[in-house]
Amino acid sequence: MFSPHTPTEKEEMLRAIGVQSIEDLFQDVPKAHRFPSLKLPPPLMEMEALAEMQNFADGNETCRDLISFLGAGAYHHYIPAAVDAIIRRGEFYTAYTPYQPEISQGTLQAIFEYQSLIAALTGMEVCNASHYDGATAVAEAVNMAVAHFRGKRTGIVISPSLNPQYTETVQTYTRNSTLALTGFELDPFSSPDSLLPLINTNTALVIVQYPDFLGRLFDYRKLIEAAHQSGALVCVAINPIALGLLTPPGEFGADIVTGEGQPLGIPLSFGGPYLGLFATKLEFVRKMAGRLVGETVDIDGRRGYVLTLTAREQHIRREKATSNICTNQGLMALASAVYLSLLGRQGLRELAELCYHKAHYTMQRITELPGFTLKDPQPFFNEFVIHCPTSAETINAHLLEHGILGGLALSQAYPNRPGMENLLMIAVTEMNSRDDIEALASALAEVSHD
Amino acid sequence: MNIPASFKYTKNDEWIKVEGNVGIIGITDYAQQQLSDIVFVEVVVSVGDTIKKDDNCATIESVKAAADVYSPASGVVIEVNDQLSNSPELINSDPYGSAWLLKIELSDPSELEELLTAEAYIKKIEEK
Repeated sequence: MFSPHTPTEKEEMLRAIGVQSIEDLFQDVPKAHRFPSLKLPPPLMEMEALAEMQNFADGNETCRDLISFLGAGAYHHYIPAAVDAIIRRGEFYTAYTPYQPEISQGTLQAIFEYQSLIAALTGMEVCNASHYDGATAVAEAVNMAVAHFRGKRTGIVISPSLNPQYTETVQTYTRNSTLALTGFELDPFSSPDSLLPLINTNTALVIVQYPDFLGRLFDYRKLIEAAHQSGALVCVAINPIALGLLTPPGEFGADIVTGEGQPLGIPLSFGGPYLGLFATKLEFVRKMAGRLVGETVDIDGRRGYVLTLTAREQHIRREKATSNICTNQGLMALASAVYLSLLGRQGLRELAELCYHKAHYTMQRITELPGFTLKDPQPFFNEFVIHCPTSAETINAHLLEHGILGGLALSQAYPNRPGMENLLMIAVTEMNSRDDIEALASALAEVSHD
Repeated sequence: MNIPASFKYTKNDEWIKVEGNVGIIGITDYAQQQLSDIVFVEVVVSVGDTIKKDDNCATIESVKAAADVYSPASGVVIEVNDQLSNSPELINSDPYGSAWLLKIELSDPSELEELLTAEAYIKKIEEK
């Protein structure tokens, strides 16, 4: 329970530091700026306020109103109604790991099940209680690799086809460090082989994405072997839905698997809250950031859950901790655990197959049109890049007139790179019906020419 | 409390036992009692590393704290106690024996004179 200070306690504290009143503490802020008068409209009654909010909301165009082919890291999937029904239960709705953990057995069990599901999905031995999103999870992988080598290795090799937002987050985290980031400036369409010359005995971590940001699938075994020969660790950032169909990275040698958990039952909702997946091998668990729930038995032999290996965390290890963020996305982790449980192993596989086949059909329909070609022949999962006869932004504007939210114009993701203007990245999920795909093809046919 | 008279001590609760030109390093009985149940030990230097007095050479985690161990003397690491990674609890049961952390070839034995004697160390803990 939170108990505020009593007036007597406030008096005592003020006396101890030698000031008269709380206002005295703010004297460095000029008086005119201390309590500025706010020019607010007159108050509204509840009914009016709700109507005004509804008006604002109606200004949005969402995936409910538009046919969407936009992905690039966040995907429009169907969310079974049970997900919301369960996460809105009062017992779960406080979105945080508890500070007095062992009396919150239900919350701990939910996190434990989340961890177990993600570990199984990625083929890894241990998974933490989550990070903020896919981008911060990658940045924490960098922290972990640096801690693993005790700062003795300072090279981070980043695939140029890692989501540029993830790269930016890593740059933000490492801006004031001595780490050297390489690889990300290469042509995003280059293959993983282009990273091989960058790996050496100073490399702490090699980061790749699977499927990569451009939707492509590569066999990373050769790259991982080269990294391991130099003693470096490898992080594979995944799309969890794709793992319904693909070999889990744990089976081809990944040391760390991170991912954006949003596709697992979490709405797009303008970019968040999302979910950062983070899994690794048991041998690295002491260097992993984040909270970790373990299963044990109590004094009477009954099953129970605990926060475990907490000496890794910053409240004990202070500045020597791998990370100073151990916050997790409790509610989103629960949503993804409910989602995965509802789908099951077979359901997830069927979903991944649906996405794969619909995406390939869409690609086929688009590339039948004169002037539209597939940019890269590499195998892909549910997202691919099309070279268009005109600028991708022009095409998106045209599609919007037809009620279609087009793909990502790659010039937006790579603003300083030439040759991106006509490239459009299209994502397809189970939410795109056959009619949607035909609507896209006929809208594109209107701008098609050789 | 067991504070062997023949060892030298630091005010950070490390001990060093000198055998010829070799220094054997560990943490004291007082330190293990303060930390309580030790669950993880990581020696953060490797055989062949040159370390200076006061360099961080190990990290010890207990159920309630994480503590760094600093070398009481300078030298070259000649052996690291691998047994502790699987049996960290040895530090609780046998802090001066099987739970030594590392052995170094001393490069400047005169440094040892700056360290505390058992008597001075006992006085130090009594003041804590």
